Amino acid sequence: MATQMMRNALAGVSIHGISKSFDSAPILNGISLDIRDGEFLTLLGPSGCGKSTLLRIIAGLEQQDCGTIEVAGVKVDRLRPKQRDVAMVFQSYALYPHMTVSENMALPLKMRRLSAWQRLPVIGALLPKTCAVSAEIKTEVVRTAKALGIDHLLAHKPGQLSGGQRQRVAVGRAMVRHPAVFLMDEPLSNLDAKLRVQMRGEIKELHRRLGVTFIYVTHDQTEAMTMSDRIAVMLNGQLAQVASPRQIYACPADRRVAELIGSPKINLLEATARSEGLLTVAGSALAVDNKLDSGSSVTLGIRPESLQPAEWAGLNTLTGRLRYVEHVGADLFAHVDVPGSSEPLVARLPVELASNFQSDQIVHLQIRREQVLLFSADGRRVSEGDARVTPLRSYAQ
Amino acid sequence: MKAQQASVVDRRSRVETGFAETLAGYTLAGPALVLIFALFILPGAAVLAIATTDWHLGAKTLSFVGAANFTSLFADRVFRAALFNTAVYVLMVVPSTLVLGLSLALLIESGKSLRAFYRAVHFLPFMTSLAAMAIVWEALLHPTIGLVNQVFGLIGLPTANWLRSEATVLPILAIIGTWQSLGLALVLFLAGLKAIPQDLYDAADIDGADGVLDRLRVVTLPSLAPVSLFVLIVVTLRAFAAFDIVQILTRGGPGDASVMLLYALYRESFEYLTTGYGAAIAVIFLVIVIALAMLQTRVVNSRTSRS
Amino acid sequence: MTLPMKILAGAVRHAILLTTGSLVLAPFVWMVSLSLKPPAELFSSSFTLLPQHWFAVENYARALTEAPLPRYMLNGVIVCAAILLLQIMICAPAAYALAKVRFAGRQVMFGFVLIGLLIPHQVLALPLFILCYGLGIFNTYAALIFPFVVSPFGIFLFRQFFMSIPDDIVHAARLDGLSELSIVWRIMLPMSLPAVLAFSIVSVVSHWNDLFWPLLVVRSQEFMPPSLGIVTFANAEAGNDYGPLMAGATVVVAPLVISFLAAQRWFIEGLTAGSIK
Repeated sequence: MATQMMRNALAGVSIHGISKSFDSAPILNGISLDIRDGEFLTLLGPSGCGKSTLLRIIAGLEQQDCGTIEVAGVKVDRLRPKQRDVAMVFQSYALYPHMTVSENMALPLKMRRLSAWQRLPVIGALLPKTCAVSAEIKTEVVRTAKALGIDHLLAHKPGQLSGGQRQRVAVGRAMVRHPAVFLMDEPLSNLDAKLRVQMRGEIKELHRRLGVTFIYVTHDQTEAMTMSDRIAVMLNGQLAQVASPRQIYACPADRRVAELIGSPKINLLEATARSEGLLTVAGSALAVDNKLDSGSSVTLGIRPESLQPAEWAGLNTLTGRLRYVEHVGADLFAHVDVPGSSEPLVARLPVELASNFQSDQIVHLQIRREQVLLFSADGRRVSEGDARVTPLRSYAQ
Repeated sequence: MKAQQASVVDRRSRVETGFAETLAGYTLAGPALVLIFALFILPGAAVLAIATTDWHLGAKTLSFVGAANFTSLFADRVFRAALFNTAVYVLMVVPSTLVLGLSLALLIESGKSLRAFYRAVHFLPFMTSLAAMAIVWEALLHPTIGLVNQVFGLIGLPTANWLRSEATVLPILAIIGTWQSLGLALVLFLAGLKAIPQDLYDAADIDGADGVLDRLRVVTLPSLAPVSLFVLIVVTLRAFAAFDIVQILTRGGPGDASVMLLYALYRESFEYLTTGYGAAIAVIFLVIVIALAMLQTRVVNSRTSRS
Repeated sequence: MTLPMKILAGAVRHAILLTTGSLVLAPFVWMVSLSLKPPAELFSSSFTLLPQHWFAVENYARALTEAPLPRYMLNGVIVCAAILLLQIMICAPAAYALAKVRFAGRQVMFGFVLIGLLIPHQVLALPLFILCYGLGIFNTYAALIFPFVVSPFGIFLFRQFFMSIPDDIVHAARLDGLSELSIVWRIMLPMSLPAVLAFSIVSVVSHWNDLFWPLLVVRSQEFMPPSLGIVTFANAEAGNDYGPLMAGATVVVAPLVISFLAAQRWFIEGLTAGSIK
């Protein structure tokens, strides 16, 4: 157990220049990423962005076209999945339907600790040590099941379990062999909303308790934001940004990342730089700290909560016609049509203001200037004090 | 430069793992592949080759005769009889099996009680040894003590030596063939009937086609068309391969009145030892089967594309 | 439909089905009936289902002693079991490779399976017979078994089933440390029990009932399977002594009929799947 801990203590995952194509369609394009030991890293991206493929390459289930993977400092590219000291929880759970929960959980241990002869049905039981090892496996399975609160289900088959119970069994099967790295492929997407919130907490707690590296794939931004130490946003087979959830939200590297994170979605408006520090957007003027070339066009990103109602039009204030208002309990979402944008602007407002708004009325929304995000024409964010449009760089760097 | 080196290394590792997967594939599938080659592909090719020779089974020498076996086959009175008899047999067995199978399936499905019982009863002959049952049929058809003649005599119908008369032998074999295949057609039709969605019947009801015959005409029969074509081909294939009843009951007789394709193949190859000749018959049999199978593939394809 | 009409329709349905049913069953009934009767009653013009003098013991005893009927049955069990076992051992891994392993030549290999599926066995009888002679296994169990050890239909059926099992299960098994072969035995086959059962029924029924191939390669009664055995018995009897012969036929068909009645649904599904090849 102690050696296990020692080894786990070094179990980071390094990914260098991984590329992969299926039938000449590129899926992954030069992905490089260092995942620290004990880190909870989430691969977040829309479906088809290659995040699951990357996870399968780490597991050894798919073979990369080029690039290398290191687990705990050791290259694993030529190791078969079972030799890599990684465990995986699948979206479909992939439990063996013909085996009981206890058999499902015991299988990875049996395959590792019993010889081929010892695994044979009748002969195996007669061989020396089979019994002792089997009993040991049984104890570990029961211990793991207790830790997950599924010990009363050990004799059941997966078909008799609810979604949440199956999910726990799948986690248990991965946990029981103490892997250096946990891989999770959208493990919560088959659960209903309530259970998903609960399991989110349980997985986070499991990570804290085990202290090993977790690589978690999801398309759900809430899961990514709530559970991760860092999020790696993947778009079109490339890493768009790797950062903490806070940073990803506050300082997205480009507009696609900004659009991916946040609900309701960030408002994007086309703007033109006028003179020093002044933009025109949707018929209004906005003062910014950035020094932009006069006449250059940029995209303005405004989070819904960065807008607040104003009495009248003016600098840093957008004016438009209110389309409708949505009540979502604690907040109010005002959808406002502004000139020059086909989609309405969404503002998150305090719910007490509900009585102030009626459809079709003209509203003024003041922008909190310090929270505005600017994106250049190629989509990259124009960072504070960086006047020039940033040259396009490979995201992988 | 460094990157280039790395990619060379990576490519090699990729080739190796691709090789591992291929190795796994061939290790798993290898025995089956070798055996399919040894027991299907090569023998198939051998039949084609032997059919172009004058080889006699056991002979030390043979010579290439080209298509001579085929030309003499079609000139051979016995083979032409075999082809003709097989065609007649197929033309008797297939329609009667289809019509009876479909009628019984509709009848069984029209009520709720005893469905499984009737299905089991009619299916039973399909899974029993035709060799053993042929012997029973021989007893049934026995000219003096057989049940058939006893019953026919009792109710005033003509009696006959059914299996020894040129006029009756093929129809009798066809009845036995139908008796055996009926169950298969029946259960396939039953499965087809089950697959018709209730919605269609409801729609027909609303559209005014609510009589038994209307429903049959508007919904049931059109929906069964793909299944029927399929049953047709399966039953035809089986009918072409009739052998046991000929071998046990008639040995092709009286005269050549009941010689059929497979029996001719067996007799030429293994009794007369005119192996090249027998192989030619096998080739013709194969051509017929492949033609039917290709038709079947097209049916299945159109079925799957429809669903 | 009115209620009387419904009752009438029901009555007609049962009347017709009972008639056709009894016609279909007539050979079986007659077989059992004759197997119970003494020779004298066979010739009586008045036919009855049950004998006046029970002769069952004598007939069945003669069938079991005069012809080596138990031997035929044992041969049937040995041959069918060996064929089935080998078929599953050879076909299941191949089907798994075709369904779940990506390797060069997979398509070509599946093509060979389809060709094998297409060729009727009778066409291949001649070369296989020569091969059997060449191998020196003429008139042995091996001769009865070897042409059938690989079943293209089995590969095809298992492949269809295996393809419906999610890839994630295979991936999970690989991560759990199972070798490819143990994935076949521990995961794929147990998850495909319906296919295994259907295939087993097709295989056993067709080889228990097969006459064509045994007729070619077996000469001594020692190795004859049931169908060939009963035909040999019939030829040896030659006369009209139907009692023991019918007893023998009853014994030959009984095992499958009883299994059929016990597991009707499986038989019907299996055999229809088998005919669909």
